[in-house]
Amino acid sequence: MSGSLTALSLAEARDGLGRREFSARELTESYVSAVEAARPLNAFITETPDHALTMAEAADERRARGMTLPLDGIPIAVKDLYCTKGVLTTAGSHILDGFRPPYESTVTDKLWQAGAVMLGKANLDEFAMGSSNTTSFYGPVENPWRKQAQRHLGDNRPLVPGGSSGGSAAAVAAHAAVAATGTDTGGSIRQPASFCGIVGLKPTYGRCSRWGVVAYASSLDHPGPMTRTVRDAAIMLRAMAGHDPRDSTSAPLPVPDYEAALTGDIRGLRVGVPREYRADGMPGEIEALWRQGIEWLRAAGAEPVEISLPHTKYALAAYYIIAPAEASSNLARYDGVRFGLRVDGANLDEMYELTRAAGFGAEVRRRVLIGTYVLSAGYYDAYYLKAQRVRALVARDFAAAFERVDCILAPTAPSAAFAIGENSDDPIAMYLNDVFTVPANLAGLPAISVPAGLSAEGLPLGLQIIGRAFDEEGVLRAGEVLESAAQFRHQPSFVAERR
Amino acid sequence: MGLDREAVAHIAALARIRLTEAELEPLAAELSQILTWVEQLNEVDTSGAAPMASVAGSGLPMREDLVTDGGCPDAILGNAPRSAASGGGAGFFAVPKVIE
Repeated sequence: MSGSLTALSLAEARDGLGRREFSARELTESYVSAVEAARPLNAFITETPDHALTMAEAADERRARGMTLPLDGIPIAVKDLYCTKGVLTTAGSHILDGFRPPYESTVTDKLWQAGAVMLGKANLDEFAMGSSNTTSFYGPVENPWRKQAQRHLGDNRPLVPGGSSGGSAAAVAAHAAVAATGTDTGGSIRQPASFCGIVGLKPTYGRCSRWGVVAYASSLDHPGPMTRTVRDAAIMLRAMAGHDPRDSTSAPLPVPDYEAALTGDIRGLRVGVPREYRADGMPGEIEALWRQGIEWLRAAGAEPVEISLPHTKYALAAYYIIAPAEASSNLARYDGVRFGLRVDGANLDEMYELTRAAGFGAEVRRRVLIGTYVLSAGYYDAYYLKAQRVRALVARDFAAAFERVDCILAPTAPSAAFAIGENSDDPIAMYLNDVFTVPANLAGLPAISVPAGLSAEGLPLGLQIIGRAFDEEGVLRAGEVLESAAQFRHQPSFVAERR
Repeated sequence: MGLDREAVAHIAALARIRLTEAELEPLAAELSQILTWVEQLNEVDTSGAAPMASVAGSGLPMREDLVTDGGCPDAILGNAPRSAASGGGAGFFAVPKVIE
């Protein structure tokens, strides 16, 4: 039995635990072995097997006493952007060397309160800045997928898992975690989910607390789940969501039973198809998959409606002003005084400058400098305020569209996974990965990426459903219909239990 | 908008990031490329749009002005690269001498 435990979805593992087919300890032991087997992928920065086994035993004890919790005994990976009390938290950066938070993030605390088991801290782009997980101080993560042997035309280089939640996505896809937490500032949950053939859900801004999550761009950062199925995302979100007085932007709203929303019934649902997403040069196979997705939803009783989101084209440029501006402010705290790396200097300013020069990688440095520039005297109005005005127009486009439709269907990313090292010498080529995901961050709307098909080279491609604010139920319901229609049963070439 | 070496050195000083002479030129090229690209926003008529800082509802939530956390100086100083204990047990973060 233990050989196949890691192949179970979260819902299946939960139900198997409920029927006493296996114990939380047995399930967790399988995953601890899987995490070790998956080391070639570099998906984890820190493994916490002792933690995991202790938590699993506590889950088994609760079950024996009839006090079972919603996620009791479910082993998950935590993106290493979430502070975990007493456990190294790096944000993928040299500058947080040795940082062991004296507190637990709200979202991970909720997960442990729900009985989940921590397998370890997942690798990520440094401070969540990237679309390929190649900017981590702890090295790139490898995508468990490879181009299919007969189709790669001699190019079988390892591929990126996407970013920034690349370790989370790779671990879930390779069966080295049942599920994982991610964060999405410009696409960092959905794009790696698309690249790794899993489900990624960015909830509405305010749905999941940001407290204790290392800040990148505070008005755009969204914690959320990464899972193998839409149902699993619904189960995870229910445990992660909820009002938190320690995050002043957290929404004081009740948390629905998201799993109960998965009725499979989308008859009469009006699905918007934004014409502006048909960007110049969209690969034919992405457009074909999108058309297929429209037909799948139509066949399930939904009504596709062409809509216009006229400012889509400008969302990415606005994002690459706003996010660096907020980052330059948030990252000012890394100064060598209170935590992490310090490089000594002759005086305080020199200590700051040397610490930050040594501690930040190239992409983080680039964004901090851009952010500093656009916020500086004389340029604030021309760049930062202009970008915020464009953000308002992007949000207004969505508001107008949602007067006519209930949700929006679009591709998740403009390509399948690319090779490690590709796009790395041209920042803008890398930024273009986020072209379809960034608008939902600017508007704070919930969006899910669901694996929908394979590229010509045999790599997974996702489609995303974007919904109205706080309508995660509608997004999950439509996402599950898409998932059922797509019947995505393909497996990556690297699966932990086959090692 | 193009940035030259001097502009990059100035921004880096504002951001408290030490750059070497050799880093200035390539960074000036990279940052200029990004700034030129984002200037496409000038095509957009934003005259009717107020700047949007956040999608969260306007107004910050208020609460009683009470101490809700604290009393854990050791936990807070535990991650400091350098710290010093005080006579009273409160402790300090230690930094290079600021006042001569």
